[in-house]
Order: sequence, then C-alpha cells, then structure tokens
Amino acid sequence: MVFSPDRRSLLGGLAAAAGGWIGTAGAAEGRLQVPVWTRQQGSPVASPAYGVPSRFEDGIKRRPRTPPPIPTAASSGTPLQHLHGIITPAGLHYERHHAGVPDIDPDQHRLVVHGLVERPLAFTMDDLLRFPSVSRIHFMECSGNTSTWGGGNPKWTVQDTHGLISCSEWTGVPLATVLQEVGVKPEGRWILAEGADAAAMTRSVPIEIALDDAILAYAQNGERLRPEQGYPLRLFLPGLEGNLSVKWLRRLKVGDKPFQSREETSKYTDLMPDGTARQFTFTMEAKSVITQPSSGHQLRERGLYEIRGLAWSGRGSISKVEVSTDGGQTWREAELQQPVLSKCLTRFRLPWQWDGGPALLQSRATDSTGYLQPTKEQLIRARGLNSNYHFNAVYGWQLNAEGAVTHVV
Amino acid sequence: MSFRSIAAAAALIVVCSVAGVAAERTNLGRAVTADEIAAWNIDVSGDGAGLPAGRGSVAEGRALFAEACAACHGDKGQGGAADALVGGRGTLATAKPVKTIGSFWPYAPTVFDYVNRAMPFNAPQSLTPDQVYAVTAYLLFLNGIVSEDTTLDAASLAKVEMPNRNGFTRDPRPDVPPK
Repeated sequence: MVFSPDRRSLLGGLAAAAGGWIGTAGAAEGRLQVPVWTRQQGSPVASPAYGVPSRFEDGIKRRPRTPPPIPTAASSGTPLQHLHGIITPAGLHYERHHAGVPDIDPDQHRLVVHGLVERPLAFTMDDLLRFPSVSRIHFMECSGNTSTWGGGNPKWTVQDTHGLISCSEWTGVPLATVLQEVGVKPEGRWILAEGADAAAMTRSVPIEIALDDAILAYAQNGERLRPEQGYPLRLFLPGLEGNLSVKWLRRLKVGDKPFQSREETSKYTDLMPDGTARQFTFTMEAKSVITQPSSGHQLRERGLYEIRGLAWSGRGSISKVEVSTDGGQTWREAELQQPVLSKCLTRFRLPWQWDGGPALLQSRATDSTGYLQPTKEQLIRARGLNSNYHFNAVYGWQLNAEGAVTHVV
Repeated sequence: MSFRSIAAAAALIVVCSVAGVAAERTNLGRAVTADEIAAWNIDVSGDGAGLPAGRGSVAEGRALFAEACAACHGDKGQGGAADALVGGRGTLATAKPVKTIGSFWPYAPTVFDYVNRAMPFNAPQSLTPDQVYAVTAYLLFLNGIVSEDTTLDAASLAKVEMPNRNGFTRDPRPDVPPK
C-alpha cells in the first residue's frame, strides 16, 4: 500500500482486522511465513449465499458528510477514494432520499401511464420485464454534489466533496417503448414522473428527453435495483441531474407543459446574483476529480505515485483530462482508461514523481462537445455564490511536505 | 397502393419517428379508468389544474398548522428542523437569500400539491382536501399574500398571485466561455 487510508477507515480497519496491516506496513518483514489460511480449509461454498466484501474492507461505507437532522430526508456519499475502475458497487451507490427508503412489494407495485395518451395503461413488474430491454453504463450525479461554492473543511475527503456521484450498468425498458404502447397525443410535451415513496416525489421531464435515451430501469449491475436505488422500478435519465430519475416510480402523466412541482421550483433551481433562478437546469456538465491521492491520504515517502481520478460529462464522452501538480500553472495530459463511454464515468491516471515538496493536485476535463471544465473563479463569475447546485469547477487537493493531503478551503 | 394506404403508411411513419421505436405494440399492460387510478392521480399543476373540490380557511389552517406542522417548521413557519416557510422577501439578490413560499415559490397551487402529497412528514397523504386548502391558506396568510379572512377553494387558489411568479428563467448553459 502506498497510501494510508483516511482516519475513519483506519479505525474501521483496526476494528475489523484483528491486529491489522496498518501498524506493520513498511516494517521489516524478514522471511515469509506460511500463514494459517494456507494450512487449513477455508469457508464452504455459499457461505454466505450472497457474498459480501472481505471483513478487512469493513471501513469502506457510504456516509453523510454531516449527521443529518432528518435522517430520512438526507444523502450519503460514495467512498470514491477507496474505489477502482468505473463501476460503483450497488451497495455503495450514493443515496438521496426525500422521505426514506420504502419497502415495496414488487407484486403489488404498478406503473400507471396516463394523461395525454391514447390508451391509459397500468403495468405490473412482470409486464415491464417482458418488454424488449436495454442495458447501458451511465453515471448518476446529484445536482447538489460538490456544493462547496465557498469554504469547507480541510478534513473533507473526496467522499464528502464529490461522493454524490456513482456509476452503474442500468437495465430496463426504453421509456420510448412504453410511451409507444400508450400512444402519446400530439399535444403531449412534458411528462410528470412520480414516486411511490412517502414524498411521492415528482418532477416534469420534457418529451424530447423521454423519447431519447430514458430508461425505465429495474436492474443495476446485473441484479434487481437495490431498495435505496428505487426497487422495483425507477426512471433513469442519462447525464441529467439525479433527482429527475425518480425512484420507486409509480406513475407517468403526460401533459402539455411542466407541472411546476415543489422539486422543480422551490428546490433544484439555481439562484443567480440578481435574485432570479434558473429552472430546469437538467444537464450535469463536464467535471473531474482526483480520487488518489486525495484529502485524508498520507504519502509515506517521496517517489513514484499514480495520480488517479474520475471524469464525466452529461453532454457526451470525455475527450481529455489534464492534471496539474503545481496549482494550475502547468498541465499534463492523463491517460484515459478504455472504454470511454458517453455519459459515463471515465477513469484517468498519470504517473507522478513526488519530490517531497508541497503540491497542489488538480484535474480538468474536456468533453466531446469541446467544453472545458471551468475554474472555480470562472464559475463564480458566471453564477455568483448562491447557486447551490451544479458546481463542476476544477478541484484541488493540497499535499504538504510531510505527505499529508487535505481539502483546499 | 391506394392513396388511403399511402396516407396510413405515412401516418405510421410519423408515429414511428415520434416514438423512435418500432410501431408494433406489445399489448402488455392493462387499460385503466380515471376512477381506478383516482387515489394516485393527485398532481396539481402550477396553474391549478388538478385541484380537487373542497375549501379551507386561514383560521382552520392556523389550528391545523399548530397541531401538525409547527413542531418542524416553527410556530409561525419561521423554520426549525425543517425549512422556513415564511419571510425572506427581498433577500434573493443578497448574500444570504432566504427561499420560502413567500419569497421564492412561483405558484400557489404548488403549495397545495406538495402538502397534499408529502406532508405532514410523519403522516403524508393523511389530510383531507379541506385541510390542505386550510393549511395552504394559512401559509399564504403568514406570508402576507392573502388576508386573514380568506377561504380558499380550487378557483380562488388558482388565482393567487405569488410575489416571485416571474423570478425564474430557463437554462442558458454552457455559461462559462472557453478561454
């Protein structure tokens, strides 16, 4: 291990590891011993029948940045600093609930599609599973991710600052297929999506988006959705702010204009310096962040490190990621791990020799439209400080001469 | 091919192109009537479409608010564990904007819609239409938008003009020009 885990997982690791590797890492090892696990049989098959991570990985969890005053109307972030590749394990996918996670019996669940349609229909989950299906790998990001337009805490990790993004393979029915089945009337322009949770969460979606790449998703990473991700059915709108992808989806109503729900007026609108607010700001613009080394990590010694991170864009694919270790004075192009997919996390990496001095580590992404991830100063100049949502600026981690990495406040 | 069948084929192509998928229907799903889905068909639009029959007064709303809402939102809607619902007028363009029903919400019927579907937090969808009208009237009164003797129903709620009705714009992004 080149990086120490953050303090939280260090404590978790110590608790779980019965003596653990943290204290011995880097110590003189001497002759290799044959450990106990090589000298006896391991656990039998199907124990447990549904596999879980090693007990030594016990510290890797979702968690809220701060204890939420109302735990059912809150969010928890993905531990990006501990993950690899581009797929987020379903159990670590970030959460944002408005009224907790409902416990829905799929046999009793229905999707009603009505409004300005020729044939109002109700579908069972069995009906939806019979439709021709599609699977695609896409990120999902909360529009409130990285809501750090000013300030913050030096101890915040990338989980705290960027954890409201995850990436999965989503499987379901193209929404266009189901709309074909009900027959949208020509005057149908917007669709209200409504959840079956205790918030009966609603958002309006333009018909163009619904007919484009929207999915009625019932599976994630090969298994049925987790309850936290909308079991048994959610809307999934690639590249757009996460709250549009209504979970526990029970109803779609076609109308001729937006419905102006609370979640698209009072919330999820972006306040500008002049006091007006931008509404229906759907797209998650190009963004990137270094996940390793990142805040909370400790470099043990000078020498070779691989700077690793994630980039994504709701407008298409990532075409370039550049990394700076001198606070943006010079930039080097990082290698992109294939496959580079549209509206999907892209892993980037760049080998780097740490000379033992302070360094400000930053990344910036360019997407397939040519859009370059802006600086924080550019973003604030365009939108002021009250916008709350859709912060996608270049982000930095401060490395000091002792090898400690912190969040730049 | 007759003109009639050409026209039919053309219509079919239009349907295909609108939906972006093959025109063939699966016949999955069950036809539903308005009556069957009434318990779920609860959305109220910003213009008031969908508001049910019923009525409620500021006075009735005051009593209900004290009982069902004040614990989280404060006795005068000033906020607590949950959002402030009152005040904030004139703050949206300042360094500390306060976004409430009175200062920020563009449509009064949205208050009905949200309370009706999601409140009170510990017992959502438990209020009658009369009760939701009453709470909505009280919240609008607390914000100085309706008078204390107001009773609201579908027609009158749809006519309430909110202070920030014209405060919203469409998404102009990308808004940061490349260097």
